[in-house]
Amino acid sequence: MSSQDIPEENLPAEQDAHGAVSVADEHDPFADPGLPPHEHRVQDIDERAAKRSERVVAFLFTVSMLATVAFIASYVAIPHDKAIFVFPIGHINALNFALGLTLGVALFTIGAGAVHWARTLMSDVEIADERHAIEAPPEVKAKVLADFKQGAKESALGRRKLIRNTMFGALALFPLSGVMLLRDLGPLPGTKLRHTLWSKGKLLVNMNTNLPLRPSDVAVGSLTFAKPEGLEETDEEFQTEIAKSALMIVRLQPDNIKDKRELEWAHEGIVAFSKICTHVGCPISLYEQQTHHVLCPCHQSTFDLSDGARVIFGPAGHALPQLRIGVSDEGYLQALGDFEEPVGPAFWERG
Amino acid sequence: MSTTTNTDSRAREKAPAGEKIADWADGRLGIYSLAKSNMRKIFPDHWSFMLGEVCLYSFIIIILTGVYLTLFFHPSMNEVTYHGSYVPLQGQLMSEAFNSTMHISFDVRGGLLIRQIHHWAALIFLAAMFVHMMRVFFTGAFRKPREVNWLFGFLLFVLGMFTGFTGYSLPDDLLSGTGVRFMEGAVLSVPIVGTYLSFFLFGGEFPGGDFVARFYSIHILLLPGIMLGLVVGHLILVFYHKHTQFAGPGKTNNNVVGMPLLPVYMAKAGGFFFLVFGVIAAVAAIASINPIWAMGPYRPDMVSTGAQPDWYMGFSEGLIRVMPGWEINVWGHTLVLGVFIPLIIFPLVLVAIAVYPFIESWVTGDKSEHHILDRPRNVPTRTAFGAAWISWYFVLLVGGGNDIWATHFHLSINSITWFVRVGFFVVPVLVFIATKRVCLGLQRRDRDKVLHGRESGIIKRLPHGEFVEIHEPLSQDALHTLTAHEQYVPAAIGATVDENGVERKVKGSEKLRAKLSEAYYGEDSQIPKPTVEEYKEITSGHGHH
Amino acid sequence: MKKLSTRRRHPLAAVVVLLLALAATGGLYAAFAPASKAQADESAQSLAIDEGKKLYAVGCASCHGTGGQGSSDAPSLVGVGSAAVDFQVGTGRMPAQQPGAQIPAKKVIYSQAEIDQLAAYIASLGAGPVIPTKNEYGPEGSDIAKGGELFRTNCAQCHNFTGKGGALTHGKFAPSLEGVAPKHIYEAMQTGPQNMPSFPDTTLSSKNKKDIIAYLNAVNGDNTESPGGLELGGLGPVSEGLFAWIFGLGALIAVAVWVAARTAKAKKS
Repeated sequence: MSSQDIPEENLPAEQDAHGAVSVADEHDPFADPGLPPHEHRVQDIDERAAKRSERVVAFLFTVSMLATVAFIASYVAIPHDKAIFVFPIGHINALNFALGLTLGVALFTIGAGAVHWARTLMSDVEIADERHAIEAPPEVKAKVLADFKQGAKESALGRRKLIRNTMFGALALFPLSGVMLLRDLGPLPGTKLRHTLWSKGKLLVNMNTNLPLRPSDVAVGSLTFAKPEGLEETDEEFQTEIAKSALMIVRLQPDNIKDKRELEWAHEGIVAFSKICTHVGCPISLYEQQTHHVLCPCHQSTFDLSDGARVIFGPAGHALPQLRIGVSDEGYLQALGDFEEPVGPAFWERG
Repeated sequence: MSTTTNTDSRAREKAPAGEKIADWADGRLGIYSLAKSNMRKIFPDHWSFMLGEVCLYSFIIIILTGVYLTLFFHPSMNEVTYHGSYVPLQGQLMSEAFNSTMHISFDVRGGLLIRQIHHWAALIFLAAMFVHMMRVFFTGAFRKPREVNWLFGFLLFVLGMFTGFTGYSLPDDLLSGTGVRFMEGAVLSVPIVGTYLSFFLFGGEFPGGDFVARFYSIHILLLPGIMLGLVVGHLILVFYHKHTQFAGPGKTNNNVVGMPLLPVYMAKAGGFFFLVFGVIAAVAAIASINPIWAMGPYRPDMVSTGAQPDWYMGFSEGLIRVMPGWEINVWGHTLVLGVFIPLIIFPLVLVAIAVYPFIESWVTGDKSEHHILDRPRNVPTRTAFGAAWISWYFVLLVGGGNDIWATHFHLSINSITWFVRVGFFVVPVLVFIATKRVCLGLQRRDRDKVLHGRESGIIKRLPHGEFVEIHEPLSQDALHTLTAHEQYVPAAIGATVDENGVERKVKGSEKLRAKLSEAYYGEDSQIPKPTVEEYKEITSGHGHH
Repeated sequence: MKKLSTRRRHPLAAVVVLLLALAATGGLYAAFAPASKAQADESAQSLAIDEGKKLYAVGCASCHGTGGQGSSDAPSLVGVGSAAVDFQVGTGRMPAQQPGAQIPAKKVIYSQAEIDQLAAYIASLGAGPVIPTKNEYGPEGSDIAKGGELFRTNCAQCHNFTGKGGALTHGKFAPSLEGVAPKHIYEAMQTGPQNMPSFPDTTLSSKNKKDIIAYLNAVNGDNTESPGGLELGGLGPVSEGLFAWIFGLGALIAVAVWVAARTAKAKKS
C-alpha cells in the first residue's frame, strides 16, 4: 500500500525528493496506516486447491474414524498383560501402547481436520471489532449510587445501630461452630511424639530376618536395620510405630568414636541411632562406612555417626537420637530404655 | 389475540427444527441476546494466545480422566495383601489405595493409559499455566482492566500445585509417602500450633490411617471445585474484556482485530482441544509416568534416593534442601527455622510475581485501559524483573533436583547445594542487569531501524570513492508497529512549596514512588523512541551520520 | 624385534610374562604330576596362592603393601576374603587408576583365572567372605517380592527403587546396578566395597541376598518390562518433569504455532 515503489538503491541521503515520506500522512510518518487489504489464499481463487483442502480435511476425519475402530479392536484383541518390544522405547505393555496411540491419532486427526478446515476454507478476512470502555458512563454510575443510597436508607441499617451490631455479632460468631466441628479431626498431641515402642529390655530385632540380633552378628562396616521386639508388619499400628522406632545399627571401632556419650551408650562399638531424619522425617540411611557419615536421600542432611550423629551438612537442625543398648542375659542386643529425646522432625513443644 | 401473534406463530410453524429449539431456549434463557454479542466475537491470532487454551484443555482432560479413575480407586489405608498380576509385589502388604492403583495399572484394560494421561496432563497443565502466566506478564496483559483476571489465573496456578500434590500422594507409594512425610515435618515446624495441625491433618500420629481419604476429598472435590469456578470466571472475563492484541497496522487500543468465533475460532479452538488431547494421549502411550509398581508401597522406614515431588513443587523442594539447619531452643520450645523459613519463603516466591501488576500500576499511576500488548523489550524493568524471577525459580528447581544433577553431571551435591545457596541471592540480580541491558540494546536497534531503515547488506560505492551500505527504509506498517508503544516519563515529586511559600511535607511513599518511577522510566531504563521530527530530519537528508 | 622392545615397559608386560609363565608351569605341572586327586587339589590351591602372590606383587603391592597390610593410600587386605577380591578386580575397580574415595568400575584387565589366583592369595592372608557359588546367588527358589521388600529396606536409599544409582556426599555415588553380574552383587553385599556398608550373612542371610538379586533381575534386568512406555531413566519426577516440558508442552506449542499461523497467501499475479 505504501513505499513499495522506492528504488532499491535509494540511499537515505538521496531520499529527500520522494523516499519513505511519500506516504499518505505527510505530517506523521508513524501514523497507523490501517488494516492492510485482504490477500487471497490459493483456496479462495482456485477451486481445485479448495477441493484439495476439502479432501485433506475429509481424509483426516476418516483417519480418526479408523483409529477409533482400531482402538476398539485393540481393546478387544490384545491381552492386558502382553508385553512387546518397541524400538527405541523398550519392553512395554502392548495394550497401553496400542490404546494410547490409536486414541491419540483419533483425537489428533479430528483437531487437525478442524483446524485445516478453518485455515484453508473458512473466511480469513480479518475483522475489527470495537471495544467499549469497561467503566460505566457517569450517568449509570450516578444512578447506581443513588439506588444504593436509597436502599441503604430504606433498610435503616445506619440508623438502627443495635440491629447492625447484633447482626455483625451473629454473623461473626456462627462460623465458630464450623471450626469446633473440626476438633475431632485428630487427638491432641499430648506427649505421643516423645515416646516410641522402645523400653528397657526390648530386644533389637533384625528387619531382614525378623530374629533378635546378637553383638557378634554386627560386623564393623556393616549396616543393619532393627525394630523393637514384638512389632510385626501385620500389626494394625505397624506403620505409625515403625515411623518412630525404626533403628539403624552400625559397628565402629570403639577408638573411632569421638563422642563420649555415644561410646557409653554403645555396646562394644555397636551403636543404635534412630533411622528417622531429624529434619522432616525421611528414613535416613545412606551410610558411608569409610567416613561413618549418613546422608539423608531426601534433603541431604549429613550426620557423623562417629561423633554422636552430629549434623555436618544440610538442613537438619539437630543430631540423630541415639538408643542406649546393652546385652540381655541370653546374649541378645537389647534397649536400655526409650530414646531420651523425641525422634524425627523437630516441633514446637520439643524443647 | 392480535394479528401479529398469529403471523408470528405461523412463521414459527414454518421455521426449521433448529430454529424452533433456539426459539424455545431464547424464550427461557435469552440466548439470542447472548449470541448477538458473542457469536461473532473476534479473537486475534497469535500462537502465544493459545497457551491459555492448552491450560483449559488439559484441565478438562484431567477432570475427564480423573472421574474415570475414581470409579476404580479405593481411598483407603486398610492393609491388604497384593494378589494382582505384577509378580514382584505379590504377597506384599500394602494399603488399599496402593492396591487399587495397582489394579488400575495392571488389571483394568486401558486403566494404565488413563492414569498416565491424567498424570501427564497434570504436569503439562501446570507447565502450560506457568508459560501462559509468563506470556501475560512479559506482554503486560495484566494491566488495567485485567488485574483481577491475573489474580484468578495466579490462584489457579497455586491451587493447581496443591491439587497436583494431593493427587501425587493418593496412591500411597513409597515416593509419595516420602512426600507426605515431608509435609508432616513441614507442618510440625510451624510455631505454637504445628503439632496440633499435624495431628488434626493426619488424624493422630503420622501416617495414621486417614490421610489418603482426606486428601482424596480435597483432591477430587474441594480444590477442583474451586478451580472450576475460577476457570469459569477467568473465561467470562476474557470474553468480557475481549482479547488483547499486539500493535500493528489497523490495531488500536479501541478495537480488536482477528477472526470471528463462529466459524473460525469455533473450529480452531474446538480443534485445538482434540489436538491437545491427542498429543497427551500419545505421550501417555509412549512414556511411563509415576510407575508405582517400581516404587513399592509406602512404609515409613523405607526410602529411595532421588525422592522428589513433581516438577511444580520442585522449587519448594529446592528451598528446603538448601536451607541451613537452623534451630532455636529456648524456654522449653523449639523454633525449627531450618524448615519454617523455607515454608514462609515458599508462598513469598509466588506472591512476588502475583503482586507485581499492582506495584507497576502504582509506580506508573496510569489509570487508563490497555489492550495493546507491550513488546517485552519496550518495558526493560518489567522484563528484567520477570526474567530475574524465572531465574530465581529455576535456581530453586536445580536445588530441588540436586542429587540427580550430581549423578548425571558428575558433581558433588554439596557443591550444588552451595551454588544454590549463593545463587538464590546472586543469580536473579545478574539476570536482572543482563536482561535490562539486552532490552535497551534491542530498543536501540529498533530506533536505528526506524530512523535509518533496514540494513540491506548491499554495499555501494559513491562517486567520490566512499563505500556505504544501502539502508532500505521501512514500510509505514513497520514504522507504525515499531513506534506504537507509549513511553512514560518518570513521575517527579510535585512542587514541595505551594504558592504561599509554605513547605509541604513529602510523604515517604511519594519519595519511593518517584524513585521507582525514575528507575523504571529514567534515562538509564529506556531509549527514547524516535520522534517524527527526528525522522523527518534524517530522511530529508540533513544531519545524517 | 623393535615392536617387542617398545612394549617391554608396557604396564601389562609383566602380566603377559606372568601369563606365559603360568601357562607354561601349569602345562608342565599337568604333564608331569600324575599325583592323587586330593593331593592335586591341595597342591593346585597352594600353586594358585603362589601365582596369586606373584600377580599381587606386580599389580597391587604398590598401594596395599607387600603383605597386604595396607598403606596410607589403600586399606589392608588381611581378612577381606576372596569375595572382596573377586568383586573389586572382577568389576575392574581394582587395580585403581588413582586412590580416592570412589573407585569407579572400568574395563576388567585380569582374566577370571588370575582373579581366582589373586583371591586365593588374599584369602590366605586371613579368613574372610568367600566367593559365592552359583547355588547361592542363582535364581532357584528365590522370592522376588520378599527381595523387593528387602531391597527397599536396605538398598534403595542409595541405589534407587530399582537400582538406577544415586548421589552420596562430596561427589561420591552409589552406582547403577544395571548389568552387574549377580555374583558381584552378592559379593558387594557381603564385603561392603569402598563406602558401601557390608551386609554380612549374620544380618542379611544368604537366602535374603538371593531374593534381592532375583528382585533386581526382575525389575532392572535385560527383559524387564516398563509397561507404561519409556522409562525415562527410572529417576522419578525430575526426568518426568523435563519430559513434560520438552516433549509435552513443546509439542503443544508447536501445534499452537500451526493453529495460529496465517495460511499461505496466493502469490500476487
